[in-house]
Amino acid sequence: MSGKITFTIDGKEIEARQGQTILEAAEDAGIYIPKLCQMKGLVPHGSCRVCTVMVNGRPQAACTQPATDGMVVENDTPELKGMRRDIIDMLFVEGNHFCMFCDKSGNCELQAIAYRLGICAPKFPYLFPNRDLDASHPDIFIDRNRCVLCGRCVEASRDIDGKCVFEFVGRGPHKKIAVNAEAKLVDTDIDITDKAVNVCPVGAIIKKRVGYAVPIGERLYDKEPIGSDVENNKK
Amino acid sequence: MSKDKPKVATASLAGCFGCHMSLLDIDDRILKLIELVDFDKSPVDDIKEFTGRCAVGLIEGGCCNEENVRVLKDFRRHCDVLVSVGDCAINGGIPALRNGIPLKECMDEAYLNGPTVHNPSGQVPNDREIPLVLDKVYPCHEVVKIDYHLPGCPPSADTLWAALVALLEGKPLELPYELIKYD
Repeated sequence: MSGKITFTIDGKEIEARQGQTILEAAEDAGIYIPKLCQMKGLVPHGSCRVCTVMVNGRPQAACTQPATDGMVVENDTPELKGMRRDIIDMLFVEGNHFCMFCDKSGNCELQAIAYRLGICAPKFPYLFPNRDLDASHPDIFIDRNRCVLCGRCVEASRDIDGKCVFEFVGRGPHKKIAVNAEAKLVDTDIDITDKAVNVCPVGAIIKKRVGYAVPIGERLYDKEPIGSDVENNKK
Repeated sequence: MSKDKPKVATASLAGCFGCHMSLLDIDDRILKLIELVDFDKSPVDDIKEFTGRCAVGLIEGGCCNEENVRVLKDFRRHCDVLVSVGDCAINGGIPALRNGIPLKECMDEAYLNGPTVHNPSGQVPNDREIPLVLDKVYPCHEVVKIDYHLPGCPPSADTLWAALVALLEGKPLELPYELIKYD
């Protein structure tokens, strides 16, 4: 076996290495597939479904689905954009996302995908859930209003930091991120330098005292859409 | 006022007037705007009631009391195209921070228990002239049909200008990437 496989994304032929996921192969080929829970360095688990693509006519999460020879993948279609829009809409209405005072604004991946999809307002009614904050730690705070349950912090703390500071508790609308201490984040052994503090795609885990170091308007996604790096850096 | 020019109406509901400030921020283009349109009911000219049918209605702020709902429905009746301007109109914005708190707790904090409150009579304002406060703050599109949304806190002057020009020329409103911002 040569280890090389070829398949198509939106009719374009892509070469991939054996064992690569669709998302990895697409990014290597300079094709952006929107994603939220997946992050380089963490094991993909396909929970947010933003990266859903059609594989031989069936929906699959591009971050977990291995690329196989001859598969036909659809990514940039009105139907998939609509599905992704619905997922992003739901993530907005199911939390309390106040972009106007969030320090993550402009660097937020949820917001950036919404910008890229051209969302001006979600089509579903807002739920305004009651969620709690944890500002007990001197360097870090958790705002669960903004959490999209992507699980990046859970994985990063467990697999990279070796601490298991975060874990999900509860089910359905009651599911939330919890810490491995009797009460608060301050009681855990989390440290400002931990990977888990740096992986949150939204403003749910924020470092204190660094707010607005980069002004609004000059942040990551203020000028260029999310995914531009992938599209500009074709390997 | 010329009879030929389309009319634009604006209102600020539960908002901070920042979106209206952003409209003024179109700078010298405001002279061109005045050539293009007549302002009807709006804080810009202080016209209190509609004088006729309007082409475009711009709504800043969400609905936090019954008067906001009345004004919003009045705008829907009088405007061909109704536009939610800014995050308060679109998602309740800062006023919607009270949505997770029972209304009585909000009133008690504001008029009885707040650290800076001086209220010897211990009364929460309840005059019938004061509009009834709603249980929570509602975005405009959950109260009436809204045709377009201009996000931002506030939307930039360029966003407002691009939207107004497109709507007045009867073109579909499609904001480019740089003009869709939530902050």
